[in-house]
Formats: sequence, C-alpha cells, structure tokens
Amino acid sequence: MSDTTQNGPMLAADGTPLKRSLARALRRQKLRALLLVAPLLIFVLVTFIAPIADMLFRSVENQIVSDTLPSTTEVLADWEHSTGESPPEPVYEALYYDLFLAAEAKEHTKLGTRLNYEYTGVSSLFRSTGRGLDDLGDDYLDALEEVDDRWGDGDFWYTLMSGSGEADEDLMRAHVKRLRQLTGDALPGKVGFAPSTEIVALLPKTTAAYADFAAYTALVDGDVVAEEDPWESVYVGLMTDLQGADVASYSGPEAEALQAAAEAAADIEYIPLKTFFGDEDEDWLNADIWATVQTYSTKYTSGYFLNAVDLQLTPDGIEARPENQRIYIMLFKRTMFMSLAITFSCIALGYPVAWLLANLPASKANLLMILVLLPFWTSLLVRTSAWKVMLQQQGVINDVLVWLGLVADGNRLVMINNQFGTIVAMTHILLPFMILPLYSVMQGIPPSYLRAAKSLGATNWTAFWRVYFPQSVPGIGAGSILVFILAIGYYITPEIVGGTTGTFISNRIAYHISSSLNWGLGAALGAILLAVVLLLYWAYDRIVGIDNVKLG
Amino acid sequence: MALTIAKPTSAVFAAGVAALFGAFFGIFVGTASGSTLLGLVGGAVVIFALSWAAATFLREQEKPARWGFVVLFVAGGFLFSGVPGLVLGLIFGTFFGWLTFYVASGRYRTGLPPYSTPRQVLWHFAFRTIAGMILVFLITPILVVMPLSFNAEDFFTFTPEMLSFDPAGYSLKHYRDFFTSSDWQGALWNSVRIAPVATILAVGFGTLAAIGLSQPHVPFRQAIMAILISPMIVPLIISAAGMYFFYSRIGLQGTYLGVVLAHAALGIPFVIITVTATLVGFDRSLTRAAANMGADPITTFFRVQMPLILPGVISGGLFAFITSFDEVVVVLFVGSAGQKTLPWQMFIGLREQISPTILAVATILVIISIALLTTVELLRRRSERLRGMSPS
Repeated sequence: MSDTTQNGPMLAADGTPLKRSLARALRRQKLRALLLVAPLLIFVLVTFIAPIADMLFRSVENQIVSDTLPSTTEVLADWEHSTGESPPEPVYEALYYDLFLAAEAKEHTKLGTRLNYEYTGVSSLFRSTGRGLDDLGDDYLDALEEVDDRWGDGDFWYTLMSGSGEADEDLMRAHVKRLRQLTGDALPGKVGFAPSTEIVALLPKTTAAYADFAAYTALVDGDVVAEEDPWESVYVGLMTDLQGADVASYSGPEAEALQAAAEAAADIEYIPLKTFFGDEDEDWLNADIWATVQTYSTKYTSGYFLNAVDLQLTPDGIEARPENQRIYIMLFKRTMFMSLAITFSCIALGYPVAWLLANLPASKANLLMILVLLPFWTSLLVRTSAWKVMLQQQGVINDVLVWLGLVADGNRLVMINNQFGTIVAMTHILLPFMILPLYSVMQGIPPSYLRAAKSLGATNWTAFWRVYFPQSVPGIGAGSILVFILAIGYYITPEIVGGTTGTFISNRIAYHISSSLNWGLGAALGAILLAVVLLLYWAYDRIVGIDNVKLG
Repeated sequence: MALTIAKPTSAVFAAGVAALFGAFFGIFVGTASGSTLLGLVGGAVVIFALSWAAATFLREQEKPARWGFVVLFVAGGFLFSGVPGLVLGLIFGTFFGWLTFYVASGRYRTGLPPYSTPRQVLWHFAFRTIAGMILVFLITPILVVMPLSFNAEDFFTFTPEMLSFDPAGYSLKHYRDFFTSSDWQGALWNSVRIAPVATILAVGFGTLAAIGLSQPHVPFRQAIMAILISPMIVPLIISAAGMYFFYSRIGLQGTYLGVVLAHAALGIPFVIITVTATLVGFDRSLTRAAANMGADPITTFFRVQMPLILPGVISGGLFAFITSFDEVVVVLFVGSAGQKTLPWQMFIGLREQISPTILAVATILVIISIALLTTVELLRRRSERLRGMSPS
C-alpha cells in the first residue's frame, strides 16, 4: 500500500472515499426497502386509513346547514336568541329563497332530517313547508299577468334580467358555486346567462332568485334558460323588490313593462315573508327552532361527540340530555363491563388449559392444541349459530337440563338474548386468543423453578403463586389486552345472541349507519371506540410488541 | 419418563374410586328416570361391587375383564332403555373397565413424581379433569352442530328419533336445501369469487412489503408496521363504517371491487405477520451467496428466497383467505345484494328466518376449516424443517 492512501481518507475500489461510498450503499438499501414497502403502504392508506379518516371527519362535519341555507345562516348570525323573540323579516326572506332552491333540488328534507336529531319536529316542518312555497309566487304571478301577460314567459324574463350593459359574471359564479355545494356534484357546463349590473342594483332579490333558477335550469336540468318559465320565487323576489325600488329611471330592455308592474304592485296585496311562514306553520315563529338552526350553522360541530356522551349542544352552551334520552354512557359502561367480564372468564378458563398444554409432553400437547385451534379456525358465524342453537329455550342445553329433571319443562332457563348469552358465546369465541399467548409464555418458564421452590420447602400453592404465576403475568397481560380489544368492538355475536340487554356500543354504531342514518352520531361513537382501542393497541405494543403477535 | 413404578393398589381402593364415579353418573341416570337418590346409591353400589370383583378375582386377566365390563354394561343398557341405552352402556362399560384397572394396577401414578402425596395425586387428576372440561367446552358447539345438521325435522335440538338412533330421525335434507337453493348457491359463488382475489392482492402486496420490512435499515419501521397491522386491531364495525362512508364517496360502495379491496386490506396484517415471522429465521448469507455466484436479484428471489419462505407465504395466504371467507361485518356495509357472501347469508338466516340449513352450511364450513388448519399445521412443520436446514 502506498503512502498517499494511508494519509488520505480510505478509498473504495472505485476511488471514492469509503465513508461516502458506504453512505451511498446504505441509502440505496433504505430506498430499496421503502420501494418494496411502498405499494402496500399506499394500498392500505387508500383502502383502510382513508376510510377511517373519513369517518373521523364525518363525526365533526356539519356543512349541510350552511350549504343548504347559506344566506339564512349569514343573516341569522346577527340575531340574538336569548330575547326569546322570533328573528326579523330579513331572515325569513333569506330562508324563502334558500329553501326554494333546496326544495327544487330536493335537498331540504335532508337538512330537516339533520336538524331533527337536535330538535324533534323540524323534519316534518321542512317537508310540509317545502310543498307550500310555490303558492305565494303563483298568486303574485296571477296578479302580474293581469297587467301584462308576458310576465309568465321565460323569454321575456330572460331579456329583462339580461338587461343591457355590463354583465355581472361574479354574481352568477357565486350562485353556481352555491348550487354545487348544495347538490355536492361537480355540475360542469355553462349557464348561458348573466344579469346586468344595472338590473342587479335595481332588483337585487329578483336577480338572485333568477340566478338560482338559471343555474339550476342550465346545469342540473340541462335546459336552455331563455326557454323555461321562471320559478315562483322570482315573482316573490320581484314583488319584494318593487316595494321600494325606483324603477322610473330604468331604461334597459322591457323597462316599460317593469314600470307598469311597479305601478300595479301598489294594488297587489304584499304578504311579508315572516307572515307567510307563520301561516304555513306557526313553528316557524318559534325562537327555539331558530336558536337550534343558529347553533348548528357552523361548518364543524362538536354536537355529535356531545350526543355520543349524553350531552347536547344548546344555544346556551353544553347541557346534559334529559334523563330519558341518556343511553350512550350506559352503553359504553355496559360494553366495558361485559368486555371485562369476558376477559376475566377467558383468563379463568384459559389459564388451566394453557398450563396443561405447556406441561404436557410435546406429542400430547400438539394433539390437545388441535382442540384449541379448531374453534379458532372455525367460522365466527358457525360458532355463533352453534351457541344460538345450544342456548335457546328449545335448545340443546335446556333439553338436557329438562331431561335430567334439573329444570321444569314449564320454566326453561332464558340463556339467550341477554348478557349471559353474549358473555358465554364471546368467551368461547375469544378463548383461543387467551390460550395461545399464555401458552407461548408458559412454554418459556422452566419447570425446574417450581421443583426448586418445592424442594426449598414451599407448599404447592406458595410455589405456584410466588414463583410460577409472576412469570406467567406477561402472558396474561398480552392475552387480556388482545381479548379485551377484540371484545370491545364485537358486533356479530352480540347482534345475534345479545337481544336488547346484551348489545354493545358497536351494535348502536351499526344501527345509526344502516337504520337511523344519523351518520354523524355513528361516526362520533365510532371515533370514541377507536380512541379506546388505539390506546389499548399502544399499550399492547409497549408490553408485547407488534412484531411478537403470533398466529397459530 | 416413568420415574414411578406402578404399584398395584388394593381392590377396595380401586372399587371405591370407581364407585365415586358410579355415584356421580348414577345421579344423572337416576334423575332422568325418576329418583336421584336411588340413582346415586344404586350407581355407587353396582360399580363398587363390579370393580371390587374385577380387581379381586380378575386382576391378572385385565383384557377379558374389561371386555366383560363392556358386555355387561351394553346388555344392561339395552335391557334398560333400548338402543340409546346400548350406546351409553358401551361408553360407560369401556370407561369403568378402564378406570378399575387404571387405579388397581397403580398405573395412574406413573406420570407423577414418586414422592407425590395422595393429595397431590388427587389435585393432579382434579386439575386435568377441569382442563379437560374446558377443552370440551371449546369443542362442544362444533360437535353439537354436526349431528344436528342431519336432523330430519326443522328443529334445532335432538329429536327423540335422533336420540334413539332411529334412521328416520336423520336425513340429508338440509344439505339438499343448501345445494339446491339459489340464495345459498349464489352466496357460495360470491364467496368463491371474492375470497381468492382478495387473497392474491393481500399476498402479493404483503409479501413484498414483508421482505422490505425485514431489511436491516428501514426508516420508520415501527410506524409503517403499526399502520400495516392496524386493520387487524381496529374493530371491524369501525372499519366497516369508515369504508362505507369513504367507498360511497368514491363510488366503490356496493361493487365487487369495493368488497375485494376491503377484504384484501383486512387480510394484509395476517400475511405481514406470518411472512415476517418466516423471514426472521431466514439466513441472509444465502441470498448473498447466490448473488456471489452471479444470480441477478430476480433469480435470487425466485430460486433461493421464495422457496424458503413459501410455507410462510402460503399460510399467510390461508389466513387472508379465511379472513375474507368468514368476514361478514364489512361486506354487510360495503357490499350490496349482488355481493351477498356465505357468511352474510348465514347472518340473515340467524337474524331473520332461522332455518336449519344454516347447520348444514356450518358443518361444511367446519370441514373446510379443518382442511385449512391441517394445511397450515403441515406448512408450519415444513417451514421449521427448512429453517433447521439453514445454519443459524
């Protein structure tokens, strides 16, 4: 070796310094490992983690109120609910146009359902009022057509609204955006209409209602705006605008018709929208309903989570639910209690079996292991149906008891559709998950320790309790956490053998997702359950290590 | 290892032990036929007499004596209550014959240290009995389902005809139902269509990732592992709810692809766990040796590494398969009527119109499970053998 290489940095075969060459090799190795893992990681992120994240998002998401009633919630923000008085006229005006569009898009019932979770009766209120919105506009139209029968024409309206001069594209864009938010669709395409800035300034409510109509007609129905007769809400807008607008100086297209209508409008009876809503249903004048709308008008809400722990978000802050509506804390407690009962039953039943397996000669232990593994491999539904068959009142266990004369035929034991049934069936189903970790820990405990303790004078019990048991605690810990994690989220078995008193929180989640359709509440309950499970998972990782999970 | 030499015990002791069991079983026989007390006393006396006689006079003729027990009990049972009595007699005769000589010859002590006190011996057997009962508890539901599936009636319990072993009490009609009903066949077909594809996805991605994860320098190994294992830990109802929300957003809800992807995600942890466990014992110098001899990475993988980890891959695949094949919660939410799988159909059957066809299906599934369990067990042995071959 020459002197130069000894003084300078060590070089690899290709002449680069060894350190850099090593670092590069290491980097390449890391990259290769990551490349191997990447496809699966992406797969799991998309198919599994994203859904979980979506569920968490849904548990706080509340955009339906502000998406369906954007102007109403904006105007309502200034209203003070504590006065106990119904909101002023502008709120009802905003509500009319918001609700009209929502009713056309058939979205108002969804909002009604959403608000019904918070205030019973809102659902029917929205549905019935949604049907009556047209009548007011029809009355105005009849009166206007007496002045000039072109007021019912789509073509005439299109000319009037398009006006002359500069077009207000921004207004149209805002209405299209709002429609997209309402329907939740991308709605591609062009509206082919924009009101002139002049007419927007003169008749703001009319143009707003017409813009909604134009956007919906063009983008959702796919029709040409000019060929369609406008919605009834446009006439309501026109009448409202004509109450105060100065149309005399307007000179755009169809100005004469507008001026004639303005003159006639003084003779047409104008019904304020607050009066209209009050006539439709007097609940609209109820300040409590408006307070609820105001409370839930935020884009994100803690309301679902509060519901999930038997609280509720009221306009005056967080309150406990009425006594008769508190079920979730009770359900969480029951889930915890039953999971603990199942875990303890599993320890009690699993410990002796694991001990026996660990202390038998390998050939015998393997044979008995089959008895443990067979149920482990058997379909969950097979085991659950077996328990249903065995536990029911006309089932095998009751038949045997009756045959033996231990139970009279008249009062067979009720062992199913209650907590007992769930605990028995789930203990059976989860027992292998306790036995397997216990067995693997016990296998590692040398039997000579027990013999040593005994030879030093310990009694059987002392030798077991002071020497053997402490060494088997890691197995109990691993098995318990595993069984508890699995038990706490069980759905199928409680659903089939649990009846009403033996169900878990997961049954309630399933109910909210598939039957009551209160997805937000289901998601919030799920999020709480998930938090508990992840906490336990973390504990399991710390105690046992994920890598040490063994199967079979 | 038999440290203790079997020392014959007195006939009275053997007969006494047998009589205790006789009294115990006598209670049941007595209760079932009217008088508990009579059964208890009768059982004790009869068994004591028989055992004592056998242990005293026939101690050296164990085999004929045990046969005598069987014949006596079978005849007694048959006279007492016909065919069911015959079967019970066969069981009891075999048991008491064995018990008498097991105790009388002192064989029961051979498994125990010679210094064990009688109490320790008693505890030893009591403990085994308890553990045995728990093992029976584990297996009973499966054992009950199998015979019930041959029930000729639409009942979920043993009919008198079944108990008296009357051939009329048994039939294959529930199996016929299963194979002819379009609901069940459709469900079976769906299961067969979904599970293998989900398994292939899980195994393909999972094996690659497990190989990646077992490399020496993987950044964020813990975090990646936690994410990949999470489908096994997160409660199924939460996975199902989340997938229902998310898949309906992206239009996968109610589609075949959606169910397959969901099931693949659920099966992945099992593949990761089994394959990483196999790779722990994998000798890396083998791949280096192959590379040294001029094999490119792909050849090395398929010719050297793959054959060695194949047992782990296959058993991981079987786990993934059974996960998908048994899965019901997620498919209930993510699937639509077109993806109704076998477990789903069973779930409906259990919740709504409970029909004994379920028991026939259950029996078939148990048999499939036994086949899978056997395969996994054989693979595990093979894997251990292969690993034993490589220097560690």
